Amino acid sequence: MAELLHYTFFQHALIATILVGIVCGVVGTYIVARRMVFISGGITHASFGGLGIAWYLGFPPLAGAALFSVASALGIHWLSRRQRIREDSLIGIFWSAGMAIGILFIYLTPGYAPDLITYLFGNVLTVTRPQIWVILGFAGVTLLFFALFSRPLFYMAFDREYARTHTFPASVPEIGVTLLIALTIVLSMKLAGIILIISYLTIPQAIASLFSKDFKRQLRIAPLVCVLVSVAGLFLSALLNIPSGAVIVACLLFVYIFLWLLRRLGFFV
Amino acid sequence: MGTLFELKQVTAGYDGNPVLENVDFRVEEFDFIGITGPNGGGKTTLLKVILGLLKPSGGTVAFSVPLRNLFGYLPQQNVFDKQFPLTVEDVALSGLLSEKGIWKRYTRDDRERAAALLEQYGLESYRRAPVGELSGGQAQRAFLCRALIASPRVLVLDEPTTYVDAGFEQEFYDLLKELNRRHTILLVSHDRDAVRSYCKTALRIDRSVQTVHT
Repeated sequence: MAELLHYTFFQHALIATILVGIVCGVVGTYIVARRMVFISGGITHASFGGLGIAWYLGFPPLAGAALFSVASALGIHWLSRRQRIREDSLIGIFWSAGMAIGILFIYLTPGYAPDLITYLFGNVLTVTRPQIWVILGFAGVTLLFFALFSRPLFYMAFDREYARTHTFPASVPEIGVTLLIALTIVLSMKLAGIILIISYLTIPQAIASLFSKDFKRQLRIAPLVCVLVSVAGLFLSALLNIPSGAVIVACLLFVYIFLWLLRRLGFFV
Repeated sequence: MGTLFELKQVTAGYDGNPVLENVDFRVEEFDFIGITGPNGGGKTTLLKVILGLLKPSGGTVAFSVPLRNLFGYLPQQNVFDKQFPLTVEDVALSGLLSEKGIWKRYTRDDRERAAALLEQYGLESYRRAPVGELSGGQAQRAFLCRALIASPRVLVLDEPTTYVDAGFEQEFYDLLKELNRRHTILLVSHDRDAVRSYCKTALRIDRSVQTVHT
C-alpha cells in the first residue's frame, strides 16, 4: 500500500480526494439541511449540457460545465421565485435537457468521442496538478465563506419569511451559496462523476445527522467523515483495481448503514 | 410616544386579487392593537404588508421611525421543518439577524442574552436541544424568544394562542400586557372577547377597516 504513495498520479488523487471531501462535506450539510438534494441533482445533470457544448466548440469541457452549472442554478432560482414555475418541474426539465444537450453535442463533434464514462462515474486518478491548485483555491473560498456566513445562512434557511422581516441583505449569502453549490458540483465531477456526486453531498451528512442535530457540529462532522471514508475508499479501489468513485460511494453507504444500525441498537444516542 | 407608522390607502392581495382595499390606519407607540375579523378577511395579509413581506399594490406604509429592529415577528402557527438541524438557542439568536447583518459575529454576550430569555420562558434545559424536539407550546415560546431578543419596538403576533397549552391563555395575555410596557403590540386573533378585554385598540378587518375601538 505504501508504494502507491510514490506514484505522482496517486498523490494527486489523494490530495484531490481530501480537498473535495472537505468541500462536499461542508456544502452538502447546507444542501441537506435546506432539502436541496433534488435541485443539486438537477444542476449536476444540467451541467453535462455545458460540457458537451464546450467539447463541440473546442473549449475546456469543465469550463462549459461550470458555466451551465451556475446558469442552471441561478435559472431555477429565478424562474421558480419570479416566474412562479413549479420548482420540481423546473428541476426535471433542466436535468433531462442538460443530459440531452450534452449527448447531442458530443455526438455532433467530429473525431473521437471523449471518455463519457469518466464524466459520468468519475476517475480521480486522472486529476492533474493544475486542477489540484484550482480545487485547493476553491476549498479555501468555501471554508472562508462558511466560517463567515454559516449562522445567517442557516438561520435564513430555517425560516426565510421570518428572515425577510429583518433589515438584512438576504440575497447576498443566498446567491453566494448557490454559486458555491454549482462550482462544488463541477469540481467534484472528475472525482465522483455526474452520477455519483449526489452521494458525496448526502451520505456524509446523513452520517453526521446520526450524531448531531446542530448544523454547527454537522459542519465539522460531515467533512471529517467524507474525507476519512473517501480516502479509505481510494486505497481500496487502488488495491482491488475497481473505479474509485463507485468504491467510495459503496464505503460511505456501508459506514452509514453500519452506524445507523448501531444507533438503532442503542450503542449511542 | 408618537406615531410609529401609518398605512395610507393600502390595497394588497395575491395574483391581482385584492384581499385588502383602501386601508387607512395609524400605529402609535406603546399601543396594544388587537386585530380581529373573519377568515380570509385580510388579517394576516395586513401583517404581511406592515412587515414588508408583501408589497401593497396601492397606497403606502409610511414609517416615522427607523426600520432596523422595528419588528419582532411571531408567525402564525409553528409550521417549520422539524428535521432542520437547529438548536433552540439558535432559534432565539436568529432574532438578531438585523443587528448582526452578514459580517458581525455572534458573541458570548449574544448567547447570554439568548440564555436569559430562554430561562425566562422555561426553556433553559432545552437550550442545546434540536428545535424539532419541542412540543407545540414550547416551540411557540422559543419563537417568542426569537421575536424578543433584539428588543424590537413593535411585537407582531399572528394568532399566538393557537399553540398555547389550554388553560394558559389567560397567563399568555397577562404576559402580553406586561410586554406592552416596553413594546407596542400588534396582535391578530380570532378571539374577540380576549381582544376586547386586553387590547387598548380593537380593529376589525374585513377587506377594509370595519371598526376601530379605543
